[in-house]
Amino acid sequence: MVKDFETIDHTADIGIIAYGADISQAFANAARALFSLITELDNVEEILHRDIELTAPDEESLLVEWLNQLIYLFDTENIIFKRFDITRLSNTRLKARSYGEKVDSSKHMLKTGVKAATYHMLQVDKGDGCRVQVLFDI
Amino acid sequence: MPAPWQEILKKIDDYRWEIPQGYKEGMAVPGLIFTSEAMLSHIWEEHVFQQVANVAFLPGIVDYSLAMPDIHWGYGFPIGGVAATRVRDGVISPGGVGFDINCGVRLLRTNLTEAEVRPKIEGLVADLFVNIPSGLGSKGKIRVSEKELDKVLVKGSHWAVEKGYGEAEDIVVTEETGCMKGANPDKVSSKAKKRGIPQLGTLGSGNHFLEIEVVDEIYDQEAATVMGIGNTGQVLVLIHTGSRGFGHQVCSDYVALLGAAVRKYGINLPDRQLACAPVQSSEGQDYLAAMACAANYAWANRQCIIHWVRDSCTKIFGRSQRELGLEQVYDVAHNIAKIEEHTVDGKKLTLCVHRKGATRAFPPGHPDIPDTYRGIGQPVLIPGDMGRCSYVALGTELAMKESFGSTCHGAGRLQSRAAARRSLRGADVARTLAERGITVKAGSMSSLAEEASEAYKDVNEVVDVTHKAGISRKVIRAVPIGVIKG
Repeated sequence: MVKDFETIDHTADIGIIAYGADISQAFANAARALFSLITELDNVEEILHRDIELTAPDEESLLVEWLNQLIYLFDTENIIFKRFDITRLSNTRLKARSYGEKVDSSKHMLKTGVKAATYHMLQVDKGDGCRVQVLFDI
Repeated sequence: MPAPWQEILKKIDDYRWEIPQGYKEGMAVPGLIFTSEAMLSHIWEEHVFQQVANVAFLPGIVDYSLAMPDIHWGYGFPIGGVAATRVRDGVISPGGVGFDINCGVRLLRTNLTEAEVRPKIEGLVADLFVNIPSGLGSKGKIRVSEKELDKVLVKGSHWAVEKGYGEAEDIVVTEETGCMKGANPDKVSSKAKKRGIPQLGTLGSGNHFLEIEVVDEIYDQEAATVMGIGNTGQVLVLIHTGSRGFGHQVCSDYVALLGAAVRKYGINLPDRQLACAPVQSSEGQDYLAAMACAANYAWANRQCIIHWVRDSCTKIFGRSQRELGLEQVYDVAHNIAKIEEHTVDGKKLTLCVHRKGATRAFPPGHPDIPDTYRGIGQPVLIPGDMGRCSYVALGTELAMKESFGSTCHGAGRLQSRAAARRSLRGADVARTLAERGITVKAGSMSSLAEEASEAYKDVNEVVDVTHKAGISRKVIRAVPIGVIKG
């Protein structure tokens, strides 16, 4: 089975590469990769959801904005998301519903704080199967 | 076989290595790395030469794209990078400041000796851990409305002191007196404010920490005395944190906004994370106004934290703040951009100096140094990793001439976080530290492994380079006895 995502070693920070049969799936897997850096997703339940709608000048910026919006929701509402239903994705627009739950310190052990998604080493490849790459500031 | 860097770098002397302008087409100036031959081997592995060269593309950059010996691979700018651009026709880049705007260091002295603190260290560390919110997802004890937050953003440390956090004397010995001018909360998104409100007065996670340390070497007794440091064995408290989610959001917002400015002004960049705009443009001015808000947030944050440190110390030792001599030595910002006057090739220029993981190091007599330190130069606070040591140094004339009054900011990472986690376990790190007489309390065990000594360059080597190169000079060294990690 092809893996959904993997992490890349970087001296100070952490990068991720996410795969998908289509670009929506790769974006969803990138978001899963983000939250798997923060905590073990096996212990997270789908109790609530948040809708996100974004526009950006291009697909790469859209990926950064998408991940930064999720980091924002984690930081302000303490929500860990584990499933992402991307209902619309063009080069400049994204619409998605993300499912997860609020941090509960009795069952979620938080691992790494993620400050932001960066534009460094940013890639969106739509070849045979999609692949996206992002570096997070940790 | 020659080392790979030998083909790229031109050795100027033992501590200065140039990346010629021809290394990459599009560089407006050469690169210059302050380092030793021994430390260069780490630099090669990290491809940071590319990043130093990429910064040299910024329009209006003067002299050199600089790197300090604690340099390591960043995103866009290297960590440990300094770049000065002309305010008249150059650019400002949020990536040259970083996500943690005004991440910085504050040092508190005490009258206490190691012998007095050792028996109470467990209790002190435990009390500080409770008193100062730390760790991922932690919320501050301070409740502010959005309107009140705007005051924090404009006043910085002054807001905190007005609210009873700390002393008016603290402000005097804080870079920019803890309040950067030009802050305009209207230039900050409501998202940044929402992230900032619950996190005011928190230490955070990652490499942020609070350390109880003991002076173990004094290199310049006279200067140390001016800082209130009399003897080896004296106890100090070091705080390393920044502007938390507020600063991260300001940076994210403006990297995106300035990405559009790059297209608008037709700027050619080799890395999108270097997004920038002319300093004089509305985009550039808006970023500067927002950045100043984040810088002030960070100063208010460290100001609140120092208050709780005093609170814990007076409680644990049962003596007053005055009896304990809990006075602030200094506070520095090491992720910031500042408009400063410098002389380049004999000409006075107004420059926008980006310090991304670098500390200002102004020489004796500089008007921006508080009166107390005007005679000795600006104190430079250099934290190491949690197992080794930290330094206090001073700025020099040579730093003013060669590095836009800048020097190193810390040890600099050597190993990635993942590599550190693979090779070390948090519990083992805690035990090793305990064996060496260091009491640690951490929010998570994995963060402990990621921040282990082995993951960092040796700060002794880093500080030796800046000392021998002459861009700062050592005053004291201190070793930790108690550490709080987020």
